[in-house]
Amino acid sequence: MPVSPAITDLEQLKTHPAVARLLAWNREAVLEAKFDREEMTIVIDRAKIRKACTLLRDRPECDFNFLSDITCVDWYPAEPRFEVIYHLLSIPRKERVRLKVRLDSGNPTVDSLTPMWPGANYFEREVFDLFGIRFSGHPYMVRILMPEDWEGHPLRKDYPVEGYR
Amino acid sequence: MAHLSPTPVLEPGQDRTLILNMGPQHPSTHGVLRVLLEIDGETIVRIMPDIGFLHTGIEKTCEAKFYQQVVPLTDRIDYLCPMTNNLCYVLAVEKLLGLEIPPKAQWMRVLMNELTRINSHLVWLGTHALDIGAMSVFLYCFREREEILKLFEMISGQRMMTSYFRIGGLALEPPLGFFERVSKFAERFPEKVDEYENLLTGNPIFMMRTKGVARLTKEDAIALGASGPTLRGSGVDLDLRRDMPYSGYENFKFKVPVAEEGDVFARYLCRVRELRESNEIVKQALAGMPEGRIKADAPGIVLPDREKMKTQMESLIYHFKIITEGFAVPAGEVYQAVESPRGEMGYYIVSDGTAKPYRVHMRAACLANLQTLPKMCEGGLIADVVAAIGSIDIVLGEIDR
Repeated sequence: MPVSPAITDLEQLKTHPAVARLLAWNREAVLEAKFDREEMTIVIDRAKIRKACTLLRDRPECDFNFLSDITCVDWYPAEPRFEVIYHLLSIPRKERVRLKVRLDSGNPTVDSLTPMWPGANYFEREVFDLFGIRFSGHPYMVRILMPEDWEGHPLRKDYPVEGYR
Repeated sequence: MAHLSPTPVLEPGQDRTLILNMGPQHPSTHGVLRVLLEIDGETIVRIMPDIGFLHTGIEKTCEAKFYQQVVPLTDRIDYLCPMTNNLCYVLAVEKLLGLEIPPKAQWMRVLMNELTRINSHLVWLGTHALDIGAMSVFLYCFREREEILKLFEMISGQRMMTSYFRIGGLALEPPLGFFERVSKFAERFPEKVDEYENLLTGNPIFMMRTKGVARLTKEDAIALGASGPTLRGSGVDLDLRRDMPYSGYENFKFKVPVAEEGDVFARYLCRVRELRESNEIVKQALAGMPEGRIKADAPGIVLPDREKMKTQMESLIYHFKIITEGFAVPAGEVYQAVESPRGEMGYYIVSDGTAKPYRVHMRAACLANLQTLPKMCEGGLIADVVAAIGSIDIVLGEIDR
């Protein structure tokens, strides 16, 4: 099956429950949306991510009650450099959605989801450890995989694969 | 990883409590997990897992490899279910490529995946029972596991790090006599599960150690991101094989065991019943195994057959090109999740259109499941920590990556 081209037009994607819900709440918060390879991606304004997740979790028409994963992609040297990526799953409706937040390299900080979703705790610590993204409001923002006195954030693209020698 | 701290991360909160360090080298932590406990007598006030001892930077390594070179790395993440890792990775790349997989390859993948699940659950059952004090179950479980490892060796040449699935299909045709041997195993296996259950399920000592211990409510399980038997043991009916089928799972009939209690015993029951269900899927896969090719028809992506390389110039060229410069994958991103023995294993792959993945991220089921440990243990007894850790079925290789 050849890959069909991605749909990026917000008007066409309005019928998706997650997009519809977010648009109805705040049109400004939804920066972009993309439907590619059967997967829905919504880019959210960085200041509104916690509220957007709360809406998607608590409204019965969306019901994305399960936080699958949080990770990050480094687009060095482009700006905004980082994309923090959230994968949500709706257990009752068996559907996934991907949320994205774009962060520039000057101040890579975003609101933590841990206060509303305790499961975000380790994922956010991992992203902090490997990418150096700060999650404000996280209860215990320390390295989780690398040793505490490690310098640098290994998954950044300007960090060499062999490490610093 | 907090093990370098000069002082323990957990400070005693009250005068009467004590900080106790468990691990990283402790037989019941199944690898190198360190757990910091704050105890008041025998009761646990706080508990904090400390991980990272097995971190090898696999995600970073993947970014420096061609797509096909990542397959052997995925085995090393969760070494108890190598085929599930292979499957999740190849499915994600195939989704990026838009590749159609022949039915025989899909059914073989399901067959091997379920054998892997049985293998993984047998290791869990043996070590979990051993932690709680039932020695002999371990020996029985490893007897059957040995047979599965021999099957793996037969089909891929490796007992544990199989790397049997390839992007676009399988590495090799199954050898002669393989299906007969699997079918013999599947025939006998339910009796063996009866044997384990005779030793454990009705055993009063085992029930005292597990019933009502380390409870996890439905709400907490969902909020903490638990998945797999840890989630189903708390009464949430979610199994990705049935609910979001991949690799042809929609053709198979199987039950998803769910237990409501949310304690160690409930999670035990879920996994033991899954052993039987997996065996049923193996039988169905054997009975309905389609004929045909095991590789997709995609010359620039799938390695050509050895025979063709000796007679056809194009095959030789494709082989050379795939090995030396890989194959370009269209730009895009996918998240593919499969139901591993431990829960939702997900691969998030970003491609920038070159022959090497721009980013590979593995969603480790155990990492999220481990977060439930404080909810399970706080307020309980020290001795129950061992039962709780065993019931999550952690694999530190997957947690630390």
